[in-house]
Formats: sequence, C-alpha cells, structure tokens
Amino acid sequence: MRTPPGVSQSDFAEALRQFEAVVGKEWVFTSDEDVALYRDAYSPFWGEADELVASAAVAPDGVEQVQAVVRIANQYRIPIYAVSTGKNLGYGGSAPVYSGSVVLDLKRMNRILDIDEKNAYVLVEPGVSYFDLYRYIQEKGLKLWVDVPDPGWGSPMGNSLDRGGGYLMPQYRNHFDAHCGMEVVLANGEIIRTGMGAMPGAKTWQQYKTGFGPWVDGIFSQSNFGVVTKLGVWLMPEPDSYLSGTVTVPKYDDLAPLVEIMTWLEDTRATNGMPFLGSPLLSGGGLVGPGGPPRDQELLALLAKPNASSSPELQQYAEKKGVHYWSCTFSFYGPAKANEANWEFAKAKFSAIPGAKFVDGESYKLPLTPEQREKVHKPQFGIPSLAMFSIGARSETNPTPTDGHVWFSPIIPRTGEAIFEANRVFSEACRELGLPAPVFSLPTCFWERSFIFLYGFPITHDPETNKKNRASFQRLVKIAAEHGWGEYRTAPAHQGAVAATYSFNNHALLRFHETLKDAVDPNGIISAGRYGIWPKHLRESKS
Amino acid sequence: MKTAGALLAVVAFLTLSAPGAAAQGERIASSWTVATVSGQGQPKGYVEYQKFCSACHGEGVGRPGTLALQAKYKGAQPALLEKRTDLNAAVVKAFVRNGDTIMPFFRKTEISDADLDAIAAYLTRNNKQ
Repeated sequence: MRTPPGVSQSDFAEALRQFEAVVGKEWVFTSDEDVALYRDAYSPFWGEADELVASAAVAPDGVEQVQAVVRIANQYRIPIYAVSTGKNLGYGGSAPVYSGSVVLDLKRMNRILDIDEKNAYVLVEPGVSYFDLYRYIQEKGLKLWVDVPDPGWGSPMGNSLDRGGGYLMPQYRNHFDAHCGMEVVLANGEIIRTGMGAMPGAKTWQQYKTGFGPWVDGIFSQSNFGVVTKLGVWLMPEPDSYLSGTVTVPKYDDLAPLVEIMTWLEDTRATNGMPFLGSPLLSGGGLVGPGGPPRDQELLALLAKPNASSSPELQQYAEKKGVHYWSCTFSFYGPAKANEANWEFAKAKFSAIPGAKFVDGESYKLPLTPEQREKVHKPQFGIPSLAMFSIGARSETNPTPTDGHVWFSPIIPRTGEAIFEANRVFSEACRELGLPAPVFSLPTCFWERSFIFLYGFPITHDPETNKKNRASFQRLVKIAAEHGWGEYRTAPAHQGAVAATYSFNNHALLRFHETLKDAVDPNGIISAGRYGIWPKHLRESKS
Repeated sequence: MKTAGALLAVVAFLTLSAPGAAAQGERIASSWTVATVSGQGQPKGYVEYQKFCSACHGEGVGRPGTLALQAKYKGAQPALLEKRTDLNAAVVKAFVRNGDTIMPFFRKTEISDADLDAIAAYLTRNNKQ
C-alpha cells in the first residue's frame, strides 16, 4: 500500500482506522487491486511513473460521514480528492490530481432529496447519475426533462461542478448556470449552504439562486475549496412538441451570415434547442442535416490539397455540383404551432443569404413513443445514453481502437469569422506538430455567447505516443492563448498548463484563488492541485 | 500517430456532421438504464447485466460495445455478449475490473463484487455444461 506523500505511515494507518470506524471497513479501499480501480482509465500518463494514482479510497454514505472523514483528514493532514460518480472520463475520471491522495468516493450518496414538478427543480446527492435521475422521473411519471451531457453515467453534480453542458434550451444547456443552491463541507468539517439555503427553513433554496450578499457558488466549481454534498438543479418542463429544420447555404463565405442569423434567432428565442452546424460538401454524407453526395475522386483530390476548405477550386466544384457548403440544423421545443411559426420565421431570416435552401426535419408530439425514443439522438430529448463512447471505439471503419481520449477544447467567439480563424490557426499548428489536420472543423458545443471548438486526442497504452500527444496538447493550449482562446475545462494532466494561460496582471486571478485556498483549507487537504490550485505547502514544488 | 489520425478524423467528421430537503430523501439504486429493469422470470444476473452492461453491450441503436464486438468478430462470435456461449466467469470479471480499449474499468462502489458475480453467472448461463 502506498502512503500519501508527506504523511507518516503511522498517521496514515491511524487515519485509515478512523475512516473505517466512520464508514465501515467495507468502504475503505486499501488493497492494490481495489485502489487500482481508482486509476484514470483515460490517463495521458498511463503506466508511467508520473501517472496520477490514489493511495486509498473511502466511500461515505451521508453528509455526516463526509464531515467526519474530512475532519480526520484535516487532523492527520491526509490529502483527499473528492469525486461524485467518478466517470469524468477524458477529464480525469476518479484519479486524484495530487498523486497519493485518498479518493473521497461519493458514489454511495445516491439520494434524490427533493423534486418539484411545478417549479421544475431537483436536489441531488453526488452519486446520483443522469440515468438515475431520468429513471426516477419516468417512474414517478413527472413531466420533467433533464439536460444531459453525452455520457449519461456522470452525475448532475459532477458535470455541473466541472461546468459541462448539454443540448436543451439555453438556460439549461450550461450545467453550472442551471444549478441552484448547494451544500458544501469545508475542510474543517463545517457545513455551509449557499444562496437561499443559508436561511434556516428557507422555502426557495432551489428557486432563487443568489440569496443575499456575495454569491459564492462559483468558487466551488472547478476547484478545491470544499466538498459539495448537495446540489439543486433546474429541470426543463416537458415541452408540448419538438420540431427540427435545416438550412443550407451554398458558398464558403456564407458561414459568417449563417452563424450571425443563427445566433440572433437563438438569442431572441425564436429557436431554443442547441443548433448543429454541418457541411454537406465536406462531410460527404453528413450525420447532421442533409448530407451531400458521397465524395467522388475529384472531391477527394481537392480535399487532399493544403487549405482545401477555402480553395477556389473547391468552391467551383461545389457550385458545379450544386452541393452546399454549410448547414445549420435547429431544434424547436414548444407548442407545435409556435414551433412551426418560428421555423417559418427562421426561413424568412435565412432567405437573406442568396441560394439558401430549407429542409423540414423531425416533428414529434411529446412525450416520444418508445419507438421514437430508440431512433432519436437521445441527449436532445433529455435521455441519457452512452452512445458517445463509439468515438475511438472499434468499428467497421476504425479497426484500431484507442484506449481513451482527452479533449482539447478552447472557447472561441460565436461568429463565422472566428470559426475560419480557428481553422486557419489550428491547421497550421497541426502541420507544425505533425498532427493530422481535419479538412475543416466546426464547433461542437454552443454556449449562449460562444462556441467550444473540440479536438480529440487519443490515449494509448504506449508511453512514447502519449508523451508526444501531451506535448502537442500543451502546445495547442499556448497557441490558442496567443489568439485569445482559452480552454473551458481540461484533464488533470493539463490543468496547470491551462491555468497558466489565465495570466492577466501577473496571474492575479490564480493568486486570488491561492489566497482563498489558504484561508478556507489551511492544511491543504482537499483536492490539492485541482484546476491548478495548489495549497501553500505544495505550491512551489507543483506550480 | 496513426491512431491520433483516426480519432481526430472521427471528431472532425462528427464536428462536420454532426429547509433543506428532507434529510433522508429517496435512495436510487444506481444503474445505467433508462427503464426500470424487472428480473421476474429472468435468469440470475439478468437484472445486473441490464443495469450495468446493456447501455453499451445491449441491442439497438447507439450501443458502442455491441458495434465494437461486431467489428472485432465479424460474425465469428455473436456481437451481443448475452448470446455468447464461450465466456467464463474469470474473463467477464477481468474485463469489468480491467477494461479494454475505450471501455473503462469499474469501481466496487459502482459494480459490487456481488453484482459482478451475478453478471458473470448471466453471461455464462448458455455455456455447455
């Protein structure tokens, strides 16, 4: 058994004994076999000496047990690392950022504490997964939807605190924005409740976010200032109907007005589901929206040239074949007649782009029938799924599967011009780094005022390949920062490098985080290193 | 870097196409299924298999485990694990606790040893005695 760094064997043994007294022997994991299950399955350091690993794990089953464990850890200076369902694959999984920490595994805390159909909110514990919450709502027959991320086995709490996103209306799509109230155990074992929860007997903890005075919820996301044990989440009342529609536009330069109109429509709520940008021309078939014809030899030859996506030859090809460059597929949630009227309104707006064409998409009266549920893209209907894991998996077209992935995911402005610039910059960077550059990339996730630009890096079990990919990843982080684009979230292997790019005024924000850390967790026991925030005693050696 | 190319290409393709509440609350028996699973009339381990494995290894659209095994065996073995007759308990447990390619391994707070015994029993039920 490994001992946490800086902790004596006798102190560790005593702390583990006391952990067992709190949670039961069965829920303290110390054997190599059990602790190995807390490795990050998608670790960019897999099998290397630098891999981030736990020394042990402890799994409490209630807030009182969390308090007791934290107090013991504080007494013996044991570094602990909190995870909810531990399924944040691609962003660290259940492994600690500070190697040798004891994982505080909150999976057993799986209670739905309160749910309100009329006011559309829920209060959950950390171990409740999206699947669990969805199933609970179905069993109770509640007319509520959960905005789910692609992998449904994560938790509303973990995904919100790591600031993930989904697909539904804008006010739910950003999962941290959609939370309302939290309960947090601090490093000294004390409990605080945020927002209205600070008032004993408050009637609106999950209905009014900010309470009175400073709104501190943000400091408990992507951080290590406490252990969140309850989280309120706003749910979407089940809409009456769903409609989708796609617009296509013919020319390369049409992307800019396409995005501008798309954004205006969403910001005025004429559309309200997450839009999808696509390219009938470049995708040669298109999973989203109408695809173009299969790629012929002429097209393949054109796409093989440098800067293919904007070449005059490709634009001539598109014109000659009558294949449109770009598409945008919209989702409308609401009354059927309103959806139809909004789609007609969108068509009228896009008609300002010469040559724009429209394709009516799926139309459903909700709730979906079981047959419909099987065939739709589930997260767009608030249905959890694991279909996302087909990425990198073995398939007919991918005979050599990867061992995981991490995402390079900078935030860029929500404009067509920014998409062009990001493609130019990252294509050049890919050439410099010897990475295969996609012909063109479109944003995958749409926040209300920005895009997430997403590149997947494979994880392998070959240390040399992983080493090269880590270096390439961090080079991309720097290149992005030089252009004013920052990562929204990243794996522990890269959190320090990304935090270093948020360096305005000599890293004033990071220094502020460190001041907070020293004040609320003076012994630095909670999730050391998470998102680049190290406690005082490790700051020099780790930063 | 061939693999890197494959993944980047896949992603590129996708991007182109596509008072406090009551202290007790209601405890949820965790699983990765959208529907409640009933074990009535089903063999041992059916419920656990549906709860923990079917989201990837079940039948239907968007099951990456089934698609991967289809690509691996190309019909030489059933892509659906439930239809296999050649698995043994040790192999089932090794995959769940060690993972394979994109499939991660699972902690005991997710899939307990008892759950895993049941899953192994289910996936070996068709073996010739």
